[in-house]
Amino acid sequence: MLLRVENLTVKYGNVEVLHGLNLHVAKGEIVTILGANGAGKSTTLMTISGLVRSSSGGIFFHDRPLHQLEAHGIVGLGVAQVPEGRRVFTTLSVRENLHLGAFTQTDPALIRRNLDWVYEMFPILRTRRSQLAGTLSGGEQQMLAIGRGLMANPKILLLDEPSLGLAPILVKSIFSTIREINKSGVTIVLVEQNARLALKLADRGYVLETGRIVLEDTAKGLLADPEVRTAYLGGV
Amino acid sequence: MQLFLEQLTNGLAVGGIYALIALGYTMVYGVLKLINFAHGDLFTIGAYLGLTLLLSLGLTDHLGPLAGIAVLAAMVMGLVAVIGALLERVAYRPLRTSPRLSAVVSALGASIFFQNAVMLLYGARFRVFPHDLLPTTAITLFGVNIPVMRIILFATSLLLMAGLYAFVQKTRTGMAIRAAAIDQGAAKLMGIDVNRVIMYVFLIGPALGGVAGLMVGLYYGQINFTMGWVYGLKAFTAAILGGIGNIPGAMLGGLLLGVIEAMGATYISMAWKDAISFLVLILILIFRPTGILGERVADKV
Repeated sequence: MLLRVENLTVKYGNVEVLHGLNLHVAKGEIVTILGANGAGKSTTLMTISGLVRSSSGGIFFHDRPLHQLEAHGIVGLGVAQVPEGRRVFTTLSVRENLHLGAFTQTDPALIRRNLDWVYEMFPILRTRRSQLAGTLSGGEQQMLAIGRGLMANPKILLLDEPSLGLAPILVKSIFSTIREINKSGVTIVLVEQNARLALKLADRGYVLETGRIVLEDTAKGLLADPEVRTAYLGGV
Repeated sequence: MQLFLEQLTNGLAVGGIYALIALGYTMVYGVLKLINFAHGDLFTIGAYLGLTLLLSLGLTDHLGPLAGIAVLAAMVMGLVAVIGALLERVAYRPLRTSPRLSAVVSALGASIFFQNAVMLLYGARFRVFPHDLLPTTAITLFGVNIPVMRIILFATSLLLMAGLYAFVQKTRTGMAIRAAAIDQGAAKLMGIDVNRVIMYVFLIGPALGGVAGLMVGLYYGQINFTMGWVYGLKAFTAAILGGIGNIPGAMLGGLLLGVIEAMGATYISMAWKDAISFLVLILILIFRPTGILGERVADKV
């Protein structure tokens, strides 16, 4: 198993927000985590990335305990995140943002190759490489955030709400890019509000409700599940 | 005209010193959103360490005045940098996740501690830099008399600023510093060790502040344990003037404030020198709180 989360508990102050979470991701999979606002999806990703500390339980990547590492060490192992709200470095150029994505990488040839790959995937980023990231449109910033994540040469990419605030046509192209990234060998964990789209893309999914996993199934199974249909897919 | 040019060169030399101190405020603020109130005292420590080393090592005798002072400056920078990094470890890092006010109080406490430590070690009286060790000649340029020391100071501060700018713009560590100043969380997601970035900032800022203290000692010839307060306040004004958190802003703000102050002292009144500086601060805070090169707030949506 590439990534295992075992009995993960997270507290913000005295408030427990994740109550013993269990999930696993196999190599090459696309796994989606669905849930309403405040269910703990982003907290889960932030804890995997080491920005939020767990109070008990463990996170294992290739059997290495991530929960004992600092955030920067986790990226170095090949776990990259594209955070919610994109969080590109607005007053730095597109090129600088991409190079920051490769901060843990030491092989210039590999950085060069990844940069070409990102530019090939998102040609608009090449055109705008000297512009400040803050001047890009929302869709372009999302592309930059994903590209920046890929520059870390990740084995697993955590994507938090990549469709947030984007026009439907852009969402479609972002999702097809995610499939492409997955085909190139990067395992994907996708947190999404747009459950239908996420389940169409994913192999498996988890449903998170107020800090607990309440359902776990293949994407097909979840798409057919009556409860998921009423709660997350708008009925019918 | 001659008076104007003379005061311009004087203002630029003092402004360079303000700029060096202001860089420490602005870099720390950029990364931690904290005003390091002990920074002015690190500047004082630089001046006193400089005096001690100058008197005890006889560097200017062995190496000649220029090389001697250069070596002295490097030593002061190194020592004050270490003190700055220790300050961060002891006074700020334990409070990293506490409310911001706690760190501010800790900064004020550190300032009082340093100031009193200097007083206890060196005494409360003014200490005098030995003038016979330093170049006292002046050159005449376009009919203006300029002390060589003034030129050396200005050139040194420009050199240090250019070096810092190149470091921040061109190196990997510099890029990490800029990224952490924009969004610490996102910087961590890039694999940047933010604690290390903060350590670098607390090495670089105090090094520049410390060497500025030495420069004041060399320029004015006398130092006092409270000097960090006034210079710190002036440099803080310069940092705000340029736009706090902005590195070129601190450089510009420092030079500008030095010139404004020199002109004010010459053409208005010497007694109003400090008042003019703080009037500048008040006007900036009222009319352009982000400073001249302040952060583009619009981008931060």
